Order: sequence, then structure tokens, then C-alpha cells
Amino acid sequence: MKRMILVALGMTFVAGALSTTGVLAATTLESVKAKGHLQCGVTSGLPGFSQPDEKGNWTGIDVDTCRAVAAAVFGDAKAVEFTPLTAKERFTALQSGEIDMLSRNTTWTLTRDVSLGLNFAGVNYYDGQGFLINKDIGVDDAEQLDGATVCIQSGTTSELNLADYFRAKGMKFKPIVFDTSEQTVQGFAAGRCDVLTSDRSQLAALRSKLADPNTAKILPNTISKEPLGPVVRQGDDQWFNIVKWVLFAQINAEELGITMDNVGEMLKSDNPNVQRLLGTDGDMGAKLGLPDDFGHAIVKQVGNYGEMYDRNVGPDTALGLERGINALWTNGGILYAPPVR
Amino acid sequence: MKKQSIDSISARPKPWYDPRIRALFFQVVTLGVVFWAGWVLIDNTLSNMQSRGISTGFGFLDETAGFGIIMHLVPFDATMSYGRTFWVGLTNTLLVSAMGVVAATIIGFLVGVARLSSNWLVAKIALVYIEVIRNIPLLLQIFFWYFAVLASLPAPRQSVEVGGAFFLNNRGLYLPGPVTQDGFGLVWGALLVAIAAVFGLRSWTKKRQKASGQLFPTVKVSIAILVLLPLIAFFLAGQPLEWDLPALKGFNFGGGISLIPELAALWVALSLYTASFIAEIVRSGILAVSKGQTEASKALGLPNGLTLRLIIIPQAMRVIIPPLTSQYLNLVKNSSLATAIGYPDLVSVFMGTTLNQTGQAVEVVAITMGVYLTISLLISLLMNLYNRAVEIKER
Repeated sequence: MKRMILVALGMTFVAGALSTTGVLAATTLESVKAKGHLQCGVTSGLPGFSQPDEKGNWTGIDVDTCRAVAAAVFGDAKAVEFTPLTAKERFTALQSGEIDMLSRNTTWTLTRDVSLGLNFAGVNYYDGQGFLINKDIGVDDAEQLDGATVCIQSGTTSELNLADYFRAKGMKFKPIVFDTSEQTVQGFAAGRCDVLTSDRSQLAALRSKLADPNTAKILPNTISKEPLGPVVRQGDDQWFNIVKWVLFAQINAEELGITMDNVGEMLKSDNPNVQRLLGTDGDMGAKLGLPDDFGHAIVKQVGNYGEMYDRNVGPDTALGLERGINALWTNGGILYAPPVR
Repeated sequence: MKKQSIDSISARPKPWYDPRIRALFFQVVTLGVVFWAGWVLIDNTLSNMQSRGISTGFGFLDETAGFGIIMHLVPFDATMSYGRTFWVGLTNTLLVSAMGVVAATIIGFLVGVARLSSNWLVAKIALVYIEVIRNIPLLLQIFFWYFAVLASLPAPRQSVEVGGAFFLNNRGLYLPGPVTQDGFGLVWGALLVAIAAVFGLRSWTKKRQKASGQLFPTVKVSIAILVLLPLIAFFLAGQPLEWDLPALKGFNFGGGISLIPELAALWVALSLYTASFIAEIVRSGILAVSKGQTEASKALGLPNGLTLRLIIIPQAMRVIIPPLTSQYLNLVKNSSLATAIGYPDLVSVFMGTTLNQTGQAVEVVAITMGVYLTISLLISLLMNLYNRAVEIKER
């Protein structure tokens, strides 16, 4: 009995201790520095965004966004560990502190921004929802989809957009909801559904997973806005600013013509914008709590936004996505980063 | 001196030496600590969530859900609330669980008896079935039934068709749906009368058997009453029933009754898997009845069928019921694997989509756990009541 009491008392103290340490003591930047690496949440495998290759190296635009943050904090883009997450798990993983940032083709919406205790730190890919359909069905436009069965991944904004779209058009549909995108493609390939819906950037990748990609085509319609970007916990403005400005630094670097190849020469540039970004002039890094040459480290190791885009999802990759609205504002796109000053 | 010491022993000890008071004290302390720890946990969670700006509370249940669900037993569309998605998920879970429990019990009993068959082939087939099915993970079996079987079925336009009324394709099985017309009430009435008549018949034959020892073919006569009476009423009322035939409309079949492949695959997988365990339980139950019982029954001149029904099964049930209850509980809990193949059960709809769209993980997970706990406790309760009815009565 005595021992039981001791155990009970011990548990009480543990519970009491938990209640005081439950609130994060250190800032995210401090805890990341103490760990020696950035813990970044990504998908379990989505070509172009985050996917491990044969050697286990992660590649993709979302992965590079994490790498850029690591380069800014540590001066080493390799100081990242990746946590693969399903759509369902992602927000809980970030809320609970299991990961430091989430970079997992996540759509920025009001509800997510406001009620989850999270902040969206920007947009690294402007996407929209589309449809992949079997060519045999002979449908050329999403407005002809009345009565269709639709395969879809659980826990995505696509689920809501789909219902909204069909309701707005006065059409009916049957949703088949799968846990992962692999299962969704399997269901589509097995003929369980007429169409598969997802973000357009993913459709190309999912289509390439079919036994014969030529049996399916992507419909021209885009039924939603899907701004995808990195997410951080609410309540740590310093970390929020860091992730936000790392992305802005990459976009500004492209605008200023700084690339992985010429970043060394650019250190000698007379352009004050370039000097502030690369840290040869001013103390922009210090204001963020970073080394002043954080911009240099990002561009040198990860590249500017355009390089990151072309390498992972651009026209020369398997996804073959044109820049479109993801081009700089100077090139007819909507990428426009505030100035570093 | 001696007398005094005896007095002090027999007197009430001081409260802190009284074992009953001590036991009570420690139990109260333990209970207090448990409650306090629970409260700290809840309070801690709530305050942490608040400090991190995460929404809490159950207000989200009234918000518009905004997503579609393929199969719903209660009325549902995307304009209804998250609370309604809970009921849709719950009813779908209960449906597949109930179907699974019935099918698993029937298959399990048949295979369990077959396992003891004196026919070598039947016994070995049952053995192979049990060993194969119960040694493959359930999730793989669900995938097998879903993807392997789905892929071999034709597209809607090439459906397997029987008489223009039954269609089978990779979107499901479509059957004609009965639509009752005016006057069908007479048939329901006749059915009620038939049920009452069967109960009356049963008590009459029992009385007669006790009084005279004469047997009466109760089962055959009961079935005849149950079928014939409503049938006569049906024709008297002028056949007030029409059939809604499924037909290809655009992409898919509409009309009639449909069984979606997700439900079929989950049902088949859950039933076959659980049946393999039930079969072994049934076998052990039957073997637990001592051979002397059979021999005594034979000595009394009872035929084989009656020996099984009156002597062996009632005694075997006492051994079978408790582990059978666990299998039913397992089946209900395993039905949550539905989420892997897109059957809209409670976990897929409520703990999947609803949790994601609202982000209120703590509330949704707590509700879902509470539901599974309630379902399981209810099944336990029912099975315990049944067990009490069949257990050995000390006389």
C-alpha cells in the first residue's frame, strides 16, 4: 500500500511538472539552434513537391523551402530532418511541436489560418484544383460531369471545393474518399471512379503513375484557388518572420538576377538592393535573429525561387509545369516580394 | 494487570491502526489523486490550446460541413452540419458491424462444425480456410477484396446484367428497389398476425408436449404461417408493390438499391476474418462437452439432430459465449479500417474529413473514442445478459 501511495504521489508530481513545462519555454529559433537541425514536415511522397529519391534524399519545391530556412539559420542547407506526414496528420504535428515548420503543399485558407493556432508564412506555389479523367468517357469539360463518381484524398481542401463546385453548378456527384494519394490513384486506375480531383500540379504527377498515362487526360477547368505555402505555429513572431523572409529573399534574388552560379560575384555588386540581400551592407539578418549573410547562404546552397521552381516542377522536369502565374510580377506572374530594406 | 491488558486488546484500536479505516482512507486518497490528475490533464490541454490560439469547444458541430458523403442511411447533403456527418458515419459503422456480426456468426458456426466433420475433405477444407484467413493481416484482406475484386469487374456500360433488373459492375451491385403502394398496410398487418400466431403455436405445443409427450412439427408449421399469411394478404390487396429498376443514367446507374463495393469489400473481409476465429471458438466449445453426454443421449434413443440441438449446443454455448463476445467487439473495432478503402464509416467521415476541416482534433477524437467505447460496452452487456441466460444454473 505504501508503495502504491508513493507511485501515486510520484505520478502527481509528474503531472504537475507537465502542466508547467507544457507551454513552450524557448522560442522556436532557440530550440532549433539547440537541436542543431530543422525538423520539417513534408508529404510522404509527391513528385515535384517532396519525395525521397532512390538514395533516400528528399527532393522537391517544399523540401527546398525547408532547406532554404536551414541555410538561413545554420548556413547549412543540409541541417534539416524531414517528417513525412499525411494530410490528416500535418496540423497536429505542427501544433504539438513535433515539427518546427510545415512545408507540405498546404492550402492557405481563412479557417486554417485563424482557428488552428497556425500562421501561413507565404506562398511558394500558386495552384488550383482540376480533374483527371479517363479518355474513354468522352468528356471535355468539367460542366459535363453531372452524376460522376469522383476519387479524392481525405483531409484536403479539394473535398470542400468539389462539393461547392457541383452545388454551384446544380450537378450531383459521388465522392470516394481515400486516405493517401497512392490509394486515390489506385481507385481511379481500378475504375472505381470516373474522375480524380486534386490540385493541378499533382494531377500531372498522379497521371504519370498510371500503367498507361495516355488513357487519362486533365480537363481544362480550374475550379479553385490553392495558394500553397509553408506554415508555422502562431505566437512566435520571430520564427514566423524568418520563414516568411526566407521565401521573400528567394523571390527577391530571382528578381535581382542573383543565382547559385553568380552569387560569388554578386558579393562585389554595387547595387544596394543586392548588397542588403547578401549581407555585404546593412544588418538585415541581425534584425531577424539570423546571420547577416543569410541571403547569401540561401542562394548559394538552394538557389533563387526560379531555380528552385525549374529544378523541381519546371518545364524540363517530369511534371513539366510552365511558370504561369508563378512567374515574377515583372514577367506577367503574381510573385511579388516586399523589398529587403 | 492481566485483565487490563486483555481489555486494551479487545478495545477499538486507534483509527490509524484500524484496517478498515486505513483501507477507506487510502482508497479516498487514491481516488482523489486520480481525479486530480485527470483534471490537471484536461485543464492543461485546454489552457495550452488557448495559449496557442487553437479553437476549442463543440460549437463546430453546428457549422456547415460543405463536403459530400457517398453513402448515408440518414438524410445528408453538403449544406448540413458537421454534427450530421457524425450521425452519417455512426450509422454506416453500425450497418457494416451488424452485417459483419451476422455473417461472421453464420460462417463461423458452419466452418466450426465442418472442422469436426467425420468427412475428411470437409474437415480439411475448413482447416485450410481457418489457417489461411486468420494468419493474414486484416488490412491486406480488405485491400485484396477491394482492389483485386474491383479491378476484375466491368465498367458501368459493360455491366453484368441479369434480366434487366440486376446489374453488377465496378461501381457496385444494383438491385431493384421495392416501392410499396396503397394497401400494402394489409400485408404488414398479416405479418404481425402471423408472428403472434407463431408465438401462440409455440406455447400451445409446449403445453401439449408436457401434458401428453406428443411432438408437433413447430418449425415447419411456423414457417408456413409466416410465409403464407402475408402472401395471401398481398394477393387479396391486389399486389400493391412496384419495383424501381436500376438504369444507366449518364455516368452511373440510378434508381433501385445499390450496394457500393467499399461496403461489400469491408463486409466480406470482416466476416471471413472474424469467422475464422469464431470457427475455432465453436470447435473448442463443442469439444468441451464431454463424450459421455453424447453417449447418454444415444442411450436414451435421441436421434443425432436432437442430440446436437438439445444436448451438445446448449452446453457448448456456455464455453462459446464469452470468447465470442470478444470477437464481436474486435469486429466492430476493426470496422474502422474502412478508412483505407474509402467506406464512409465514423473514422473515415468524422475523425477523417470533419477533423481535418475543423482542425478540432481533441474534441473529435474524444467523441469518436467515446462512441466506440459505448458500442463495445453495449455489445458486452447484451452478450453478458445472454450468457446469464445460458450459463449453468446451480440447482
